[in-house]
Amino acid sequence: MSRLKLFLPLGLFLILVGLLYAGFSLDDPARLPSTMIDRDFPSFEMSQLEDPDTMVTEAIFGGRTVLVNVWATWCPTCKAEHAELQRIQEETGLPIIGINYKDDADEARAWLARYGSPYEFNIYDPQGRLGIELGVYGAPETFVVDAQGRIQFKWVGDVNRRVWNNEFLPVLQALEDQAAL
Amino acid sequence: MRLIPMMLLLKLVAGLLLALSAAMVSSPALAAIEPVEFATPEQERRYRSLIAEMRCPKCQNENLAESNAPIANDLRLMIAELIRDGQSDREIRAFLQERYGDFILYNPPLRADTLLLWLGPFALLLIGVIVVWRIIRGQPQAPQATTAVDEARVRELLGDSDTQTDRDAGSDRQGA
Repeated sequence: MSRLKLFLPLGLFLILVGLLYAGFSLDDPARLPSTMIDRDFPSFEMSQLEDPDTMVTEAIFGGRTVLVNVWATWCPTCKAEHAELQRIQEETGLPIIGINYKDDADEARAWLARYGSPYEFNIYDPQGRLGIELGVYGAPETFVVDAQGRIQFKWVGDVNRRVWNNEFLPVLQALEDQAAL
Repeated sequence: MRLIPMMLLLKLVAGLLLALSAAMVSSPALAAIEPVEFATPEQERRYRSLIAEMRCPKCQNENLAESNAPIANDLRLMIAELIRDGQSDREIRAFLQERYGDFILYNPPLRADTLLLWLGPFALLLIGVIVVWRIIRGQPQAPQATTAVDEARVRELLGDSDTQTDRDAGSDRQGA
């Protein structure tokens, strides 16, 4: 018994190492888990950026898998991921719906005219109200919305090639497999 | 001639100190809050208490009241609007928690998966109390006098007779 007690510090040390290992191997602590996963895309009614007279509602979802990308012209990371979104759209044909988040409409339209638009269309959210409904806390954020209009995945930060291959493709593959069943 | 730059330097230092003290007086909590109008002082009190207890999702260690992040600004306005709409504190907390998760609450809910968070400190305190209690209880017994038997054994072990040690080892093995 007293012999076993000698191993107590070693045991405590190993527990500490385990905790630290788990703690430090966690993802970026700035990345919050989304509460929106597996929930319906929140209902909304907002105008389209490209054509302010056209109102958009959550009825645009359903029947197909889409990406929803929250972006703004004031967000440098959005510019960085823009080319990747264009590549994704061209190579996969996946529809991308933009949410132009807390932005100036004229600047946003000019931006799209200048760099090209990977978006099918953009929802204009100048107050960030749809953003709050979605739990957005910074741009860019990208959601995967399935054919039932449910949010399946959310990525905070830029979508680059690595993120696309490692994070998005498995989710999209799983959705495809589900649909095939 | 050399006095003039000195005076300038002094003035500069004094000015900096003044600016610094002014910055310290206006607390960051007040600096970040934009003017929000409420119908009653009660609503304003609720607003201040809610934005103080909610965490900013962008800047990890600031509450909504202190944060200058755009999202904190938006959420403050949202909370003000919900208060004006007549929502209760509980409903407003639920509204934000539904969208931003437990993270937004500085006061985490007591649930099965947060039990360790709530009870952990008490468990550690209990362990500490037990350890201290055992140390205190064990102390009077610590300076134990060596008994006659011990002394005999010590002398025996210190004795350089090989045969005796062998015999002892042998008897140990028999005893085991």
